[in-house]
Amino acid sequence: MTGRTADVGSSGQRWPYPIEYGQETRAEYDVLVIGGGIAGCHAAINAARRGARVAILDKGAIIRSGSGGAGVDHWHAACLNPCSKVTPEDLSELVQKSPYRQTTEYGNAITCSILGRESYDTLLDLEQMGVRIRDVDDEFVGSDFRDEETKLLFAYDYEGRHCIRVQGWHAKPAMYRELKRLKVTVYDRVMGTSLLTEGGVQGARIVGATGLNVRTGRFYVLLAKSTVLATARPFRLWVFSTELQGQASSFFDPNCAGDGSAMAWKAGAELTLLEQSQPFAGSFRHVVYGTGNAHNSWFACNIVDKNGREVPWVDRDGRPLETLGERYRPAPGQRFFLSCPDVPYDYEGPRLIPDLPDRIRSGEFELPLYADLPGMPADERRAIFGLMMAHEGNTRIPVYSGYTKAGFDPDKDMLQANVLPPDGYTFGPWWNSVPPRQWREVGRLVNGGGLVFDWDLRTTLPGLYAAGEQLACGANHAASATTGRYAGRKAAENAQTAFSPRASEAQVETEKRRAYAPTNRAGGFGWKEVQAGLCRIMQDYCGEYRSRDILELGLKWLDSIEQSELALLCARNPHELMRSLEVGVRLEVGRAMMHASLAREASSEPLGFKRVDYPALDPPEWDKLVAIRLDGDKVVSRDLACDYPLMPPYAPDCEQNYREHCAL
Amino acid sequence: MHASMVGNPQTPCRAVTIDPEFCTGCNTCVNVCRSDVLIPGLTKGEPPIVLYPDECWFCGCCVGHCPASGAISMNHPLSQRASWKRKETGEFFRIGMRNPPAPYTRPPVGGW
Repeated sequence: MTGRTADVGSSGQRWPYPIEYGQETRAEYDVLVIGGGIAGCHAAINAARRGARVAILDKGAIIRSGSGGAGVDHWHAACLNPCSKVTPEDLSELVQKSPYRQTTEYGNAITCSILGRESYDTLLDLEQMGVRIRDVDDEFVGSDFRDEETKLLFAYDYEGRHCIRVQGWHAKPAMYRELKRLKVTVYDRVMGTSLLTEGGVQGARIVGATGLNVRTGRFYVLLAKSTVLATARPFRLWVFSTELQGQASSFFDPNCAGDGSAMAWKAGAELTLLEQSQPFAGSFRHVVYGTGNAHNSWFACNIVDKNGREVPWVDRDGRPLETLGERYRPAPGQRFFLSCPDVPYDYEGPRLIPDLPDRIRSGEFELPLYADLPGMPADERRAIFGLMMAHEGNTRIPVYSGYTKAGFDPDKDMLQANVLPPDGYTFGPWWNSVPPRQWREVGRLVNGGGLVFDWDLRTTLPGLYAAGEQLACGANHAASATTGRYAGRKAAENAQTAFSPRASEAQVETEKRRAYAPTNRAGGFGWKEVQAGLCRIMQDYCGEYRSRDILELGLKWLDSIEQSELALLCARNPHELMRSLEVGVRLEVGRAMMHASLAREASSEPLGFKRVDYPALDPPEWDKLVAIRLDGDKVVSRDLACDYPLMPPYAPDCEQNYREHCAL
Repeated sequence: MHASMVGNPQTPCRAVTIDPEFCTGCNTCVNVCRSDVLIPGLTKGEPPIVLYPDECWFCGCCVGHCPASGAISMNHPLSQRASWKRKETGEFFRIGMRNPPAPYTRPPVGGW
């Protein structure tokens, strides 16, 4: 195989990296972390700190890879910071009050318990690595959102003080240095392609993974006593086009194909909540955080219309908020509010008037709208633009540097909101825009489901742990970091007693043949076309209209694409090989999503899930999760109680379970 | 005059641009890019080649890590360029316009 070459483009220039198709690197570790984003780095660092021999791999460059790799500006659920009025128990209560006992960003009883108790400690870890989490320059002395003693700066809820403004542009490079300092073996540019199981048997103990270098094509067989899956949720399954905006159409790293979900699925792990997956954002979006807006990092910026007329703010009950300070405070009788989407009423915070779309239609407010930074007090303006925009992911260079170099002056200028249909102006991230009809409705920010996990963050397969977005529910930057930290500890603990791993050579050879297949073809399909074709199947057969017949037909077409066009995928160099393998990943994940959609025979409002043949919303008998797994070629499903974290064999109480399992 | 037989330019085509006058060919940008949008120049010391601009996520890390000031810039696709209005004067501006206003030079919180 070493005789093969790789060309680029039509010009046929030689590929700049050595071609090593078929060559192998083999190594063995205590802990192998797949995915070098936020969760993966914290996992690897914490496993190494427990004395484990650790390796971490990522398709990209770990110094910046992952959806959170380009920065973070606010750190959620820092309940144990000295100023917080929110307790870990409050987060556990939030879960109990939430539909299906899970929340969009904080997850279920297990992840909420971990987050509430360790989110702030995880942030302190970062501070030790050199990341600024305080106003050490005393730039904000006296500000409403600053604690003078700790110099912590808070976002959103200045009363509850559970979300901290951080200078996180530097976070990923700091973690990368720490990985190196701890002598973690770092495999940059290595895509995980499959999990290895004991004896090559599906459903058996995980003994490591195979990988492929996306520059050289070298093959890796990495054995480990514990494996942590820290890959991301699958994205771009319904919407895929690089034609208009490159990969700028997605909030999430373009490398997030769902590699982890696909390899765990094929290895026989149980997944759940995949049925709540749906398209996220459209391809006509604007620059993330880069248009006039009052949401998320821009909270709670003044919004004015064409004539300078201010759009009013209200609390959760619609009570008008007269002062700026009230926008940052809980409603009367409320102890704190949460800024994440889809929280129950008890936790809802201030917002722009909900009937803004109607009042635009009636002509009361005229477009365009603007974020009126000059109308904000100097410290709030500086916090939003000078801190948040300079440190949030994908904003420091694109927005802070790019806009100011082009002459945008936050002290003088009002950033225009993109002109949307009036219904687009509900309180949310306006940069998401509205997708073309063909691409179906934009989903809420839901997670696409993931692995079933226990209080050890272990999956249903021995030796396999999960962290961050790979967990079946809940994720944001702080949650990924914190669950990564916890999973790293548990993986290291397991490695102390686990047997030495051995690979099944037959399994390795089969995977090798599969992985290299696209390099042995000429004149077939390019990855982009097959990816777009796959998206069309998802749009039509796993979109708003889901029924048994439609889903089964969709599965039939996925099988057909796998047998014909996927089998003609052609990769001319290792980069195209990576993208080609991702198409296979998305097909596998799409198939699992259709199976999950078949298994839930009920529609659900909070899950954003509609079955045309089972239209009743959230019937009580379906107040449960459905876990699915592969057994050979068959899909096996079972019911999983929403309260499974608090049912036998576990204790009925979060605190007790956490104490028994946290390994601290 | 000259005409060549080539495929269409990629879209977006100017996601990342490199100024050969300032670029030292150190390949730092190549090695921080998450998606291999850039690959090394064919000769050592030459500026990188922007091979996959269509895969750019516009995270700006290549620019943020460049040790040679002004050597590399990130440009949002034309369909994504922001605009704004100066509050006092009512003037309109947009990214990419001719004769733009003077840059705003205050460094971010924590410095560059």
